[in-house]
Parts: sequence; structure tokens; C-alpha cells
Amino acid sequence: MASLPNGLPIVSDRRASPLPALGALVAGAAAVLGLLLAEQQWEVATLAIVGALALLIGGKLGWGEVIHRSATDHHRWITPVAWLTAALVIFGLREHNFELLMLCTVMLYMVAGLGLTVQFGYTGVVNFAAAAFMGVGAYTAAVLLLHTGLPHVLVILAGGLVSAVIGSVLLLPLLRTRGHYAALITIAFGILFRTFLEVNDTLGGPQGLKVPGMEWFGLVFNDAIEIDDETEWSFYLRYAGLCLVLLFFAYHFVRRLERSWLGLSLDAVRLDETAASAFGLNGAAWKIVAFSIGNFLAGMAGAVYAMVTAFIAPASFTFGDSLILVSIVILGGLGNPLGLLPAALIVVVLPEKLQVIQEYRFLLFAALVIAILLVRPGGLIPRRARDYFPGAGGR
Amino acid sequence: MSQELLVASALSVRFGGVRALDGLDIRVHEGEVLGVIGPNGSGKTTFFNAVTGFVTTAGGSVTLGGETITGLVPREIARRGIARTFQRLRLLLELSVFDNLMLGQHLSLDHGIVANLLLRGRLRASMTSHIESARHLLSYFSATLPGKLFEPVSALTMIDRRRVEVCRALIREPRLLLLDEPSAGMTPEETAELMRDLQKVKAERSRLAVILIEHDMDVIESVSDRCAVFDYGRKLCEGSYAEVSSDPAVRRAYLGVDDE
Repeated sequence: MASLPNGLPIVSDRRASPLPALGALVAGAAAVLGLLLAEQQWEVATLAIVGALALLIGGKLGWGEVIHRSATDHHRWITPVAWLTAALVIFGLREHNFELLMLCTVMLYMVAGLGLTVQFGYTGVVNFAAAAFMGVGAYTAAVLLLHTGLPHVLVILAGGLVSAVIGSVLLLPLLRTRGHYAALITIAFGILFRTFLEVNDTLGGPQGLKVPGMEWFGLVFNDAIEIDDETEWSFYLRYAGLCLVLLFFAYHFVRRLERSWLGLSLDAVRLDETAASAFGLNGAAWKIVAFSIGNFLAGMAGAVYAMVTAFIAPASFTFGDSLILVSIVILGGLGNPLGLLPAALIVVVLPEKLQVIQEYRFLLFAALVIAILLVRPGGLIPRRARDYFPGAGGR
Repeated sequence: MSQELLVASALSVRFGGVRALDGLDIRVHEGEVLGVIGPNGSGKTTFFNAVTGFVTTAGGSVTLGGETITGLVPREIARRGIARTFQRLRLLLELSVFDNLMLGQHLSLDHGIVANLLLRGRLRASMTSHIESARHLLSYFSATLPGKLFEPVSALTMIDRRRVEVCRALIREPRLLLLDEPSAGMTPEETAELMRDLQKVKAERSRLAVILIEHDMDVIESVSDRCAVFDYGRKLCEGSYAEVSSDPAVRRAYLGVDDE
């Protein structure tokens, strides 16, 4: 890099064009809509192939860098526009029940994935029980909705809090172990949780619980939305909006976390806890913080999931689901919140749409994760170097 | 005479049956550079690890500025003003130079939720001043390194990495700096340059004390005020470079010279 005599780099004042970022946004929205609305198997297959090709060619041509520059230089309005686009996509699906439900699931898996990103991606704390922590949040919400008059927004928060508190039971063994052993502890917890639910009659046993819908200032989420005699909008539209709001807060929370001294400390714990301790860093404390934040996010996602699906059972929060969450995080790009979207779409929506692979979904995910780790070790959208403020540091 | 800063007395460390440190006595004064030499396995790095709390001591004590620090965990010892480098570099390779330096600054940073997540404007201002001071410190060691502040450490050459590690230890202005064989993996010229640059920093921090583990006798001769020679976990002798290098016991044990 060229530099001035005082060692400061010469930074070009020319700002990148906003077009690549806008293009990526439009392509992304089109891909989401296309994938959700495709009805024929060949349509879905074509979309998947086009997506894979775009990734391969774009990777070779360095599109990622171009899009990143463009988005960074115009982040002030690109970010709001991106969220607006997401809202428009949801609104575009207003008459499609099933598609909205899938989109809700995608968004909630992304929220839980954000939790895993903090735990595993930043701090290096493994968690193979993310679905169980979603389950804790879901059952907390179910019980509170059935037996108390707590405002429903607080129910969602309570789901996160209880999940974080129950997660703290695992802290002691987790802090004393590392690697495989820590992984085993979380797996054991996940299985324990499911077994506990299955034998617990007050929580519905294996049959599960029916969960009342969300209400907010008199707005009943489960009511149909009748526009006129002909048109009726799906009641999932409101839930999709709720999921989007939750995702919005979770996403920006994790982004800001990463781009702060906190994120640096979490990274230091993952990369070299011993060296970090020589500079005064308390590894155990940071692991506790990260584990609790992650479980809090998973728990809130679970609470909303319970309301959206209106029914929860132990079978919704199995070890398999935890594995799916881990594969989303790795597939998308470990530590990059942005990668969660394509990964969650592939893992949640693709098998629903491609009936052929439905039965082989785990086989497919396993193959996909292995392929990604071989071809693109950083995931679909690899994590970038920390840019504390958009465009401030990294340039 | 300047104040005593670090006093290690009768310090012992055992690894199973091995006495890695066997009743070691070391004193370092403020502003002093103490060179530590000795054959491989003579306990030099173990001494650093005992002082910084990375290994548990089997006996003896360490005080820093009169306060006992034996038995404290590494982060508590860091808090009291001891910083170190590692013989095999332990930088966070995938993170930027700035991130690595800020790890060195860890204890001075505000880790509050509000300060980090909500008051972003204020965070940005404090970050800007940290960027300034990081560039300033790096500029003592290299003209080009300040321009690489946001490059990942993995993209740097060996000498630049070594410089970053030294800067990471220096950035919070420690009272005592422990350098564990900074010449490892570098040419003699690069080492000499690093030492000259370090002297520039030291010239502005009159009370900074340094303990330097080194194999290269030229380095020891040029920078240290005093030398201690380790052998089998004990201090073989201590004194100026001239005294030490002419000591018959040292010549036998370390320099491998038989005196007739």
C-alpha cells in the first residue's frame, strides 16, 4: 500500500458506486421470493444451481469485495433499505400462509444462529444444544401464556432470560472442559432436556402443548386479516413482522457487539485465551457472558417460535435440530451474521421445496457442510476483518 | 540508587521430579535492563512463567514494588503492571495489528454494555485516540508498520510480528517488561534494530524495567545493564556483562570453554 511519510496510508476519497450493493440486495430479495414461491421441482433446482454458480463465479471475480465496498461506503442508507426490502418481501407474500410460516422459521433460526455466532463463532464456546435452548424459551413462553397474564412482549423476553439462566447450569462443567468434552456436555444437556420434557406431564409430555397466540395492545395475532370479501391476508403476516423486528434487534446487537471492545475480547478468548490472560483478560468471565448472550437469543427465538407454530412438543427441539443450527452457522460463514440468511434458507426451505431430497436432508446437509469446508472454508459469506465503524478502520 | 521493583527470592518451581527453578534470587531495579542467559532448560522461561503466574511456584516469593504477587493469577499480575512477550509469538494471527495492540490495552478499555453498544459516538472518539497512540508507538519501531494498522498480523513479516508483540506488551505502559528471546527467528541485524528501537521507547520511560532472555551475547552486551546467568534452575552468577562473561563457571557451563 502506498503511504505518506508519516506512515499513514493514502486512502482514496472516491466512494464506491452504490450499484453493486443495490444489485446484491435485489438479487437476494428475488432469490428469497423465487425460492419461496417456486412450485415446480425444476424451478427450485434451477434456482439452486444459479445460486451455486453465482457463488462460484462471484467468488472467482471478487464480487464479495466489490459489494462489501459499495455497501460500506453507503451503509447509512443501504442498511435501512435492506431492512425495508426484507419487509417488502414479507408483504409480498401476504397471501401465502405456508411461505410466510417458512420465512418465520428462517428468521427465528437466524436469531438462534446469531446466538451461536456469539458463542461459537466469536468466543469458541461450542454449543450442540442450541435447539434445546430454543426449547427452554418456547416452553417458558407456553407456560407463561397459558397460566399468567404477563404482557406478551415480556413473555418473549422471559423466554430469553430463563434460557440464559438454565444455561448457566452448564457453565461450571463447560468452563472446566474444552473441545470435544465441552461439546459432549452440551449434547448431554440437549438429550436430558428432551427426556425431561417427555416424562413431564405438566408440560404435556411427548404430546406437547398448545400455545396461545400473541396479543399486542389488543391486536390478536391469530385473527385472520380480511381486506374485503375477495382477499384475505395470512395471519402469519403479523408474525413475520414480529420475527423481522426480533431479527432486526438481534442482528444489530450482535453486529455492534462484534464491532466493539467486547467483540475483541470474545475473539481473543477463542484465539488464545492463555496469551490474553497475560494482558489481564478473564477468559472464564467472557465465556460466561458469551454463553449467556447466545442462550438468551436462542430462548427469545424459541418463545416466538412457540407462538408462531401454536404448538410445541419435545420432538421440535431435538439434537438433530441443534445440529441443523450448527450447520447453518458454519455453512453461512462462522462469525458472519450476514451468512446466516443464505444458510438458513438452504437448510430450512430447500428440503421443503425439493421433495426429492426431503428424506435425505441430513445426508445433504452433511455433504454440503463438508463441501463448504473443503471448497470455501470461510463459509458462503466468510467473516471479514473487524471494522469497528463502517469504513473507518479497515480501509 | 533507584528503587527495587521486582524481587524474587528463593523462587522454586517443580515439574514432577524436575526442579525447573531451584531457589532463585533475582532483583530488578526501576529503569534497569537485566539480561538473562543460560543453556536451554536452565529455567529462564520458567522464571518468566513463575513471575507472570503461568506456573504455580513450589516455594519462595515474588514482590513487585513491595507487594507480594506470588500465587496471583496472570490477569491480576498483569493488572499490577507486568507485561510480557512469548518466545514463540502468541499474536492473534487472524486479527489486525490494531486488535492485537488493543488486547495489550485490555485493562484500560471500557467494557460496559452501554459504552460499547449504545454510545457509539463516544466509543468512536475513544477509538480514534487509541488508533493515534497505537500508530505513535508503532512508529518507534518501523516507518511502515503504522500504515499496516488494520492489516491482519498473519500478513506481516516475522520482524514486524515481533515488533507488534513488543508493542502489545508496551502499549499499556507497564512497570516491568519481560522479553522472552526476541531474537528467535530473526537475523542479528533485525535483532539489533529491534533493540535500538526499544531503547528509544525506554529513553522516554525512565522507570520502565526490562528483563531480557537472550541467547545472542552481542544483544546482551549492548543493551543490558546487568546480567544473570541461569543453570539448572539456579543463578550461576550475576553482574555486568564483562564480569559475567569472564567468570570461569559461566564459561564452563554456558560458553562451553574449558579454562586450563
